[in-house]
Amino acid sequence: MLGKLTWAAIPFDQPIVMGTVAVIGLVGVVILGLVTVKGWWAYLWGEWITSVDHKRIGVMYVLLALVMLVRGFADAIMMRSQLALAAGGAQGYLPPEHYDQIFSAHGTIMIFFVAMPFVVGLMNFVVPLQLGVRDVAFPVLNNVSFWLTAAGVLLVNVSLFVGEFARTGWLAYPPLSEIAYSPGVGVDYYLWSLQISGIGTLLSGINLTTTILKLRAPGMGYMRMPIFCWTALASNLLIVAAFPVMTATFAMLLLDRYCGFHFFTNDAGGNPMMYVNLIWIWGHPEVYILILPAFGVFSEVVASFSGKPLFGYRSMVMATMAICVLSFLVWLHHFFTMGAGADVNAFFGIMTMIIAVPTGVKVFNWLFTLYGGRIRFAVPMYWTLGFMVTFVIGGMTGVLMAIPPADFVLHNSLFLIAHFHNTAIGGVLFGAMAGYNYWFPKAFGFKLDERLGKASFWCWFIGFYLAFMPLYALGLMGATRRMQHYPDIHWQPLMLVALSGAVLILFGIGLTVAQLAVSIRTRERRRDLTGDPWNGRTLEWSTSSPPPAWNFARVPLVESTDAYWASKQHKHEQLGEVPSVPVVLPRNTPIGIFLAFFAVVLGFALIWHIWWMALAGLAGCLVVGLFHAWRTDTETVVSAEQVAAIHGASAAGEAAV
Amino acid sequence: MNVMTETAAAAKTIPLSMRGPAPVQAVVGYGFWLFLLSDIIIFSALFAAYAVLSGETDGGPSGAALFDKTHVFYETACLLASSVTCGFATLAVQQRSMLTAFPWMTATLVLGAVFLCLERAEFAHMLATGNGPARSAFLSAFFTLVGAHGLHVAVGLFWLVIMVLQIATLGLRPMVRRRFFCFSLFWHALDIVWIGVFTIVYLGAR
Repeated sequence: MLGKLTWAAIPFDQPIVMGTVAVIGLVGVVILGLVTVKGWWAYLWGEWITSVDHKRIGVMYVLLALVMLVRGFADAIMMRSQLALAAGGAQGYLPPEHYDQIFSAHGTIMIFFVAMPFVVGLMNFVVPLQLGVRDVAFPVLNNVSFWLTAAGVLLVNVSLFVGEFARTGWLAYPPLSEIAYSPGVGVDYYLWSLQISGIGTLLSGINLTTTILKLRAPGMGYMRMPIFCWTALASNLLIVAAFPVMTATFAMLLLDRYCGFHFFTNDAGGNPMMYVNLIWIWGHPEVYILILPAFGVFSEVVASFSGKPLFGYRSMVMATMAICVLSFLVWLHHFFTMGAGADVNAFFGIMTMIIAVPTGVKVFNWLFTLYGGRIRFAVPMYWTLGFMVTFVIGGMTGVLMAIPPADFVLHNSLFLIAHFHNTAIGGVLFGAMAGYNYWFPKAFGFKLDERLGKASFWCWFIGFYLAFMPLYALGLMGATRRMQHYPDIHWQPLMLVALSGAVLILFGIGLTVAQLAVSIRTRERRRDLTGDPWNGRTLEWSTSSPPPAWNFARVPLVESTDAYWASKQHKHEQLGEVPSVPVVLPRNTPIGIFLAFFAVVLGFALIWHIWWMALAGLAGCLVVGLFHAWRTDTETVVSAEQVAAIHGASAAGEAAV
Repeated sequence: MNVMTETAAAAKTIPLSMRGPAPVQAVVGYGFWLFLLSDIIIFSALFAAYAVLSGETDGGPSGAALFDKTHVFYETACLLASSVTCGFATLAVQQRSMLTAFPWMTATLVLGAVFLCLERAEFAHMLATGNGPARSAFLSAFFTLVGAHGLHVAVGLFWLVIMVLQIATLGLRPMVRRRFFCFSLFWHALDIVWIGVFTIVYLGAR
């Protein structure tokens, strides 16, 4: 009846897990209770959950990312404290089977459910505004994408309480992840949650690529697009080209596990190294899917806060697209030790070093944008400058490891861990935080607190160096990744320094939460009525904050790069009067959350081999889809008077300022 | 009429990339093309796996021993013919002619179903002789690649039935016509994938 699911699946004997679950449950009950008591359900359902507005969906993505950042960080600080304790003969407080789940969950969550939603959320929110259009190409699909991502998040978190998570590392290499060596449900939780959220990501990639290539304001030729849109284009092209490979690879592993196929098994001709090749053909472009939009954020921030156009716009575009192509030609550097031979390793080593060239072009462009600029040190600028220093170090250690002989020494050591955190935190996370602080006033109409924002930055910045510089040294001393304890007590002092860094980052996260809470409480005196708090250059700043559902009452006419800056130089003459025309908007729809619900049912049933429930989940998805296919009343019209009234009010506010 | 040509001429002087948002039909078609592209990448991963594993028979039968090329010829003929009938159905839908569209859609449905039956017979025969996907890595890759294509055809047939029902209940309104256009793209893309399967798996069997 319930497949493999029994009471034994719930880890009553593990106090750490049960305590965590109790806290999560308590917080959940408090939040749901508050929403019920305050009567917010109708508002949440009508304005957010069923929303097809790209701005709302973007905000939900970012919120999801911030929540999961806390979950992923909890795993991180457990690992750091375990390693600070488990020196010499000591075993620490986490047994190996638990520790293995923690590092697997940490990697999976941080990449798929923190970095991805954060970056996708920013692109969702910003790209249509920067392009000067009313929404993305497929607004309903956008809602579906978000909820499928949320479905994956839910499944990963369920694994905490019901069953277990994978003990295989964040990429679940076979043969370890095969049924013979991982007979539990951990790998299945991993695979199904990523399959479901992966479909969401793919659909979102198709949506944003179509938006950028087919929907731009009149006059916005390719070489007039804001640089963030270019990086978003590159990132989404990579999503469309790379995520299907992940889907196919995981499907093959699933067939191995569920139906006795032999793609990656040790026996019957299977080839485990084929999995490693395939997964990195997705995995390396994934790195650039995350970092390119962050580069875009830094480009926007550095131009805005230097009061100058971006230096070398064309070279920036070329560098972005060069990285987009090259990212598909370097995957083998993740496993030089496979034994592909000197010539193959040399090719991939050289390609990897070549990718540093366009990246270097970008760094110089940012530096030259700063040069001679009237620099304002606002919070987004702190994150940007912190990135420029940190990322260059990460890039250099990357080039170092691109040399195959050096990689044979450093492969799977803590040096590697330090390197990719150096780029993931110093690049992606700093970019996400810069974007969050930069566009928050656009999303909500008030600025975030500067003082707490800067304090949060310093904690993250110093915390990062304290946490990861020791790992470079430890890696060179021979410490490997994924070890639960170590015999050499001389490593312990550096491990303690790394723990202190993690604690400092904890303060950074706490200060980010405090910044949000304080800013919301004091929002009245932080209001920005102009819609342009930073003296911005691109079109998103030309509309009110928060923008109306239709973004622009009149679709702007673009005559150059930095279109809004140009219009400000001509005293807004091209923005002109707001014409009184009605606006057609897509109607909100619950299809996304219903599909996600049945996808969770389907995923959960497949994980636990509850076949009737899997059929029910699949049928549910189908019925929801068919129901939607016959929906004909898909649009709603906002009358010209309403449009004029809302724009009149915001214009009056701006005039008052 | 005169005004129309004048605006068209003025629009032509503006580069395509600067003319503002594209019409809905173009946006939907473009988005669906991107989806098909991603689907073809799934197939390319499966093709790659097949290429790596096609020699790994683990002492079991090889492709040359298992495949019946005449059988595959009939399968191919059905699928290619169904693409032709699908093309005629698309023309009929574009001309808003339900009366012509339905017969062509039915023909596509029948040809697609015959293809699936033939494929099912091939798979059933292999399973009955103990040469299922669990036999060897080669057969795992074969069943996954060819089966994934078959699954796509099955999904396509289901979609086609839905399209018949949509045209019957909603008429040939723009939304339905756009969906049929996407279906036809999907169906033709499956043909392209089959050409690859036919060439690499069946004709290339050693």
